[in-house]
Amino acid sequence: MRLVLIGLVAGFFSALFGVGGGVVIVPLLLLVCGWQARPAAATSLAAIGITALSGVIAYALHGDVRVGYAALVGVPAAISVAGATALQQRLRTHTIELLFAAFLLGVAVWLFVK
Amino acid sequence: MTYALAIVLGLVAGGLAGMFGVGGGILFVPTLVALGLGYHDATGTSLLAIVPTVLVGTWRQSSYGNVRWRGALVLGLAAAVAAQGGVALAEALSDGTLRKLFAGLLVLVAVQIAWRARRADP
Repeated sequence: MRLVLIGLVAGFFSALFGVGGGVVIVPLLLLVCGWQARPAAATSLAAIGITALSGVIAYALHGDVRVGYAALVGVPAAISVAGATALQQRLRTHTIELLFAAFLLGVAVWLFVK
Repeated sequence: MTYALAIVLGLVAGGLAGMFGVGGGILFVPTLVALGLGYHDATGTSLLAIVPTVLVGTWRQSSYGNVRWRGALVLGLAAAVAAQGGVALAEALSDGTLRKLFAGLLVLVAVQIAWRARRADP
């Protein structure tokens, strides 16, 4: 089943580079499974929720989770994600995909120079 | 790095999450490192920050009917399992070379997505 393979690849790269599963899941859903941008992004978010929760538990057992700092960046993100999701519904699918391609190029450059 | 800048970067990360379906960790980790956290603490803390972000994002997306729950469950569980293996392997492999290979792969993927988007109907 392709989704299992995509999940395995995403989890592997996510742990290896700390890039988060979405950078792997969304492109593979678009290109391998032929999904549209909106369901790909939405399903990726739900999947990341499961992965992040299991990761948090693992890190928390080692005492590597700082709740205050997590709230400092996570609460603003939780607020803006609602607006961005609403905006995404108004954009055309190919516009979302072109913006996503540009975002991936940015990530690639950042990984290369970091 | 000031707290105000960290909040702004948090807002941007949420924007990326809503637009593209990424968790936001790509911005959270460098932000937390710049705030003075070690790389390990930053990764663990970033994962916790991702949780409310994707919860709200998933809730909003599901109200638009975009979430495929069974697919998400399969992807998420497989990724959670593989992440354990990834951590073990990350210790054993040279980081720099792999990161550049991955960066190169992302460029190819970006070109292919852009190509597909241009061909598709508006």
